Amino acid sequence: MIRNIQTVKDLAKQGKRLDSRSFSEYRSPVTIETSVSQTAEGSAKVQIGDTIVMAGVKLSLEKPYNDTPNEGGIMINVELLPLSSPDYDPGPPGIKAVELARVTDRSIREAKAIDFKKLCIRKGELAWFISVDILTINDAGNLFDAICLASLVALNETRLRPFDEATGVVDYKGTTDTKLPILKQPLSVTVYKINGALMVDPSRDEEEAFDSRLTVAADEDGIISALQKGGSAPLSVNEVSEMVDLALTKIGELRVIMEKK
Amino acid sequence: MSNIHVEARQVVVPGQILATGMDHLPGDNTFRREEEIVAKRLGTVGTDGRVIKVTPLNGPYFPRVGDKIIGKVYDILMSGWRINTGSVYPAMLPVRDASNKFVKSENLRNLLDIGDFCVVKITKVSSQNMVDVGMRDPELHRLEGGRVIKINCNKVPRVIGKMGSMIGLIKKQTNADITVGQNGLVWIRADTPENEYRAENAIKIVNEHAHQSGLTEKVEAYLNGVQ
Amino acid sequence: MAYNKRLDGRKTKELREMEARSGVIPNADGSAYFRVGNTVVYVAVYGPRPAPRFLANPTKGILRFHYNMMPFSGYGSRIRPGHKRRSQEIGKVMTGALEPVVDLSKYPNTIVDVFVELPQTDAGTRCAAISASSIALADAGIPMTDMVASVAVGQVDGTVVADLTYNEEAYDAIVSDIPVAVIHGSKEISLLQMDGEIKKEDLITALDMAVEVTEEIHCLQVEALTKRFMVQ
Repeated sequence: MIRNIQTVKDLAKQGKRLDSRSFSEYRSPVTIETSVSQTAEGSAKVQIGDTIVMAGVKLSLEKPYNDTPNEGGIMINVELLPLSSPDYDPGPPGIKAVELARVTDRSIREAKAIDFKKLCIRKGELAWFISVDILTINDAGNLFDAICLASLVALNETRLRPFDEATGVVDYKGTTDTKLPILKQPLSVTVYKINGALMVDPSRDEEEAFDSRLTVAADEDGIISALQKGGSAPLSVNEVSEMVDLALTKIGELRVIMEKK
Repeated sequence: MSNIHVEARQVVVPGQILATGMDHLPGDNTFRREEEIVAKRLGTVGTDGRVIKVTPLNGPYFPRVGDKIIGKVYDILMSGWRINTGSVYPAMLPVRDASNKFVKSENLRNLLDIGDFCVVKITKVSSQNMVDVGMRDPELHRLEGGRVIKINCNKVPRVIGKMGSMIGLIKKQTNADITVGQNGLVWIRADTPENEYRAENAIKIVNEHAHQSGLTEKVEAYLNGVQ
Repeated sequence: MAYNKRLDGRKTKELREMEARSGVIPNADGSAYFRVGNTVVYVAVYGPRPAPRFLANPTKGILRFHYNMMPFSGYGSRIRPGHKRRSQEIGKVMTGALEPVVDLSKYPNTIVDVFVELPQTDAGTRCAAISASSIALADAGIPMTDMVASVAVGQVDGTVVADLTYNEEAYDAIVSDIPVAVIHGSKEISLLQMDGEIKKEDLITALDMAVEVTEEIHCLQVEALTKRFMVQ
């Protein structure tokens, strides 16, 4: 892959980007499509510029964990499909996929976005467990934000399946109107630092040229539920403050797009 | 008795029968199957006398001696540079073909460093498609600044245009230096990043709509629309 | 009791509603989206690109298929990701289905990777994947002597039908499910498998039916490839 790394760095210093966007500007359009998989209990496809990801939710009835006998649970898995970029090879998830999944997981778990107690059917015996799988269809940069958005939309779209309370057997061909008990709507925005400049929604060229990045997840009240710094360059407290401000503003804008859907 | 089953410039798919009978000859990207001439690539049909050929719409770059291409240095060896050409086969630039001056093997980075873009010419292609390139002509050199974009190599002739008319138009309207490599990599450097982006978009319009008529008008409309 | 009325009301030779597009994944060298009924497939082609050393063939490029069902793509609980014998076998037979038409003789030491991903499935996944892959390979500009279209045929309780659904595969009677891939020009068969049981006469009837109905899929493939390039 041919990438314009030096040019991205030079432009950043002049306050410019390769595609003439401003530093705080997302690529357009940001589109959200739902019900992209009828076999999933909830699903969504998110497109930011040329970046496309798909999220699907599967539910299962299982025995709760011993330390939380009256709660269900959630598992988030990200697959960087070799279908989506020449950069990815077939095989088990690498560290990039694991980081994406764990940051998304924390943004939801730490915000207490889902009322896990409401997922419990019989204490110590039966509860709903949620699996969210997010797969990349085309990686043109900024997977962090696309994945978090797709996960949340898929969770919001999810409807429980009918089940037999005595046996705990789920009827996967049936449908109900019951939604997941979602209490909060955490979204994330990642701010990149390149040659002193702070910007959002990087292209792949920009991602390759970055010095550091900060992913910020926050709910509708602006309460931060996950942070993840990446990259080898350190950040000052002032920079973190500026990055969080930018992220919170952009999270608000993404939320408007999500709610319009 | 011989029949052509397609119209000129029609888009055809692999396996499509273009002509029957022995009056015609199979040209590029076609083959003969008994009485028939059949398309072997997705592309547009053209005839040249008795020859029927298909001009591909898509597909990999195939290296040819004499082609001017753009590449990026990704490694330096004792005897030269390894160049990523953005296509199937990487190329080798031997020291002796890189400069008219003598370059010591420990000083190769001064001429071309890792990550540098360069415009080079293919000097040799082996049966296994190993590619050697040279950089000794004055038009061949390291590319300073600007950006490199990738387009479909099959569209390169349209991006250049008849007698360089298309690329001339884009250069003039965007104050840009542009070098189009036959491998589909295009280097653009303009007076401002905005003009560089306009040039990039204009080239992408040609890339997307190369098979359509009224291409020059489309590009002019874009360039006049955004300043 | 014979199976004279199909569960979804289709005629015996009638395929489910289909949809096909090419060029859907910008990063890929060629790509396709294909839907037949509730089975959806995305295919991306990358290559020719340098083959890993242990695979490289100095006389020609190699073709390799990777088949994967997304974890949420089945009617049932989540499918765990990772290597599965079923996926490996399907990748292998898909390679066999397309290899007869793909000509990589000019690309020694390279590999063409075809990645197949299914977001939702309702039977006929390998057939949809083969029909889609043929579009994606042509879209990638890979030299090919022909197109390949694929469909499952079979017998449900004595009636020969085309394009079976999950419900038909699971019908409570003797059923056979026969995925077939057909090379368009020569009408030769490049993939043939079977689950279930069938009499020889019914098998031949089913194969004739496959040859006949894949013509319809071929038309859709041609449209998916050419429509994009027509003047708007």
